[in-house]
Amino acid sequence: MAEITISDLRHAYDGDLSDPSKLALKGINHVWRDGGAYALLGPSGCGKSSMLNMISGLVRPTAGRILFDGRDVTDLRPEERNIAQVFQFPVLYDTMTVAENLAFPLRNRRIAPAQITRRVNEVAEMLDLGPLLKRRAAGLGAADKQKISLGRGLVREDVAAILFDEPLTVIDPQVKFDLRRKLKLVHETLKLTLVYVTHDQSEALTFADQVVVMSHGEVMQAATPEELYDRPSHSFVGRFIGSPGMNFLPCALDGNQIRFDGGTIPAPALAPRPGSQLTLGLRPHAIQPADAPTGITADLIEVEDRGPWRIADIAIGTNHLKMKLKDDVPLPSGSFPVRFDPDATLLYADDLLTGDLRHAQA
Amino acid sequence: MHKLDDNRAWLLIVPVFALVAFNAIIPLMTVVNYSVQDIFGPGQRAFIGVEWFREMLRDPTIQAAFIRQMVFSGLVLAIQIPLGIAIALLLPRSGWKSSLAIILIAIPLLVPFNVVGTIWQVYARPEIGLLGRAINAVGFDYNYTASPVAAWVTLLLMDTWHWTPLVILLAFAGLCSIPQPYYQAARIDGASRYAIFRYIELPKLKGVMTIAVLLRFMDSFMIYTEPFVVTGGGPGSSTTFLSIRLVNMAVGQFDLGPAAAFSLMYFLVILLFSYVFYTILKMNSRA
Repeated sequence: MAEITISDLRHAYDGDLSDPSKLALKGINHVWRDGGAYALLGPSGCGKSSMLNMISGLVRPTAGRILFDGRDVTDLRPEERNIAQVFQFPVLYDTMTVAENLAFPLRNRRIAPAQITRRVNEVAEMLDLGPLLKRRAAGLGAADKQKISLGRGLVREDVAAILFDEPLTVIDPQVKFDLRRKLKLVHETLKLTLVYVTHDQSEALTFADQVVVMSHGEVMQAATPEELYDRPSHSFVGRFIGSPGMNFLPCALDGNQIRFDGGTIPAPALAPRPGSQLTLGLRPHAIQPADAPTGITADLIEVEDRGPWRIADIAIGTNHLKMKLKDDVPLPSGSFPVRFDPDATLLYADDLLTGDLRHAQA
Repeated sequence: MHKLDDNRAWLLIVPVFALVAFNAIIPLMTVVNYSVQDIFGPGQRAFIGVEWFREMLRDPTIQAAFIRQMVFSGLVLAIQIPLGIAIALLLPRSGWKSSLAIILIAIPLLVPFNVVGTIWQVYARPEIGLLGRAINAVGFDYNYTASPVAAWVTLLLMDTWHWTPLVILLAFAGLCSIPQPYYQAARIDGASRYAIFRYIELPKLKGVMTIAVLLRFMDSFMIYTEPFVVTGGGPGSSTTFLSIRLVNMAVGQFDLGPAAAFSLMYFLVILLFSYVFYTILKMNSRA
């Protein structure tokens, strides 16, 4: 068990830090609380796997420190860090039985045989691998194989953290749910720090207490799933989280009005830095048809039925937006007035969140 | 009409059948034909059944050549398979050094067989060859035309030089196909270099090494050109392998009947050994 602190982590795969735009990681600071469940979320190539491999010690960062409970482990080798890591594809020692696979890390550390047997049985019990212990590992299904990979990390006592690198990619959808629940259960039982790398937002949002969203080697936002959805601190997070993502509407501040192509709304008491590029951020559910004129008119383009709700493609001025309607809301047609939910209408200046419109209409 | 009753289907396999007949079945049957007859001259022949087969099995020169062949193939496998794997393990897995090493290693494979024989015939000569003179200079009495041990050492060295590259290439391809996470997981598990080899690399090499063992066994069991060029089967008959004995019989003595019987048994032995090897290696990888 450990609290993992990452301090000013920078990495270039060719070792050259001089060009910041080419870095795989661009100066990351983060604290992974002891016992927390974290997801590292981001598109392919954003640096999330690199970061994971640095925590486990497989990759040495070009600059920056990694601390486990305050102890600097940056220069320690993976086997000295007491980390469990599960990879995208199950890694097994094919010629060994399940029990031998689980015992392998302990044998390498020359632990007494009696203690190895005890630990292997405990871990097998926890992961429901008991009946398989005598079987050859090579013939098992992908889900069992992933459990064995995890088990090899857990057999060591005092494991500092479990790291997952997209472990459910090769698992069948039906089994995925069970395995995810099992992972969650193991985390809750052992109270281990858990870092889970994925590019699948639903996996990240259901799994983690805190989600760290990364893009191009930088942390865009680290927050609870609710916060990421309701108040993305960067427009990237707004677009990346949610399906469909957040709508962005370029706008300008004009006295006490926010003016955009297709309408105006009252401005809040906000004073963004002059000259910055302003945009309104609206989740699809924050746009709803209104009964009376609101000063904003939308044209319906297309409707997509998604069961309990519908996603409507609309145009406000020249802007295309997505509107999410419950299926009991009558579908408007042609041109119709819309209102923006002031609690969920966020103002971004140069892609950064500066405030919402809640206070403006009071 | 039922599909199976449509006789026109037979027409469609006629081209393949004709091709196989002319390049495999008819030549083989010619050999079978010779092997059961005693031929005295044109038009003079007698059917003698399996008499040639019996005689060949009893022939002490063939028995000796068979034992020599077994020992040679055994030594070839015992030397080249471990050596090939060891060299493949030492090669860099990527980058220009890797490509360069692979090209250099593959060169012996491109040399024609009798050129390989000629190279070593000259290279190993005690009076003018670089290798032969060097060995003698160190103090060993080395002359492959006089000493059977020297002849065997020369042939094994030559075959190792010529064919270990094939084992290296196969082993290298096998090693390159091991995904990186296996090595990463092994590091996290604290595995030693030996444990990585024993539990990751060796099991993953099993498939390609099955092929390597089969190819090296078959090739070495059929070896002809290089020993023919280097030693001609001598000194005495110490390097007279099965194929050299066969050619002496068929072409030298023109004993077509016995040579045909010998050929068929030679062929069946290779087929049998290859099948046994294959079955054993398959069983191992499944068990």
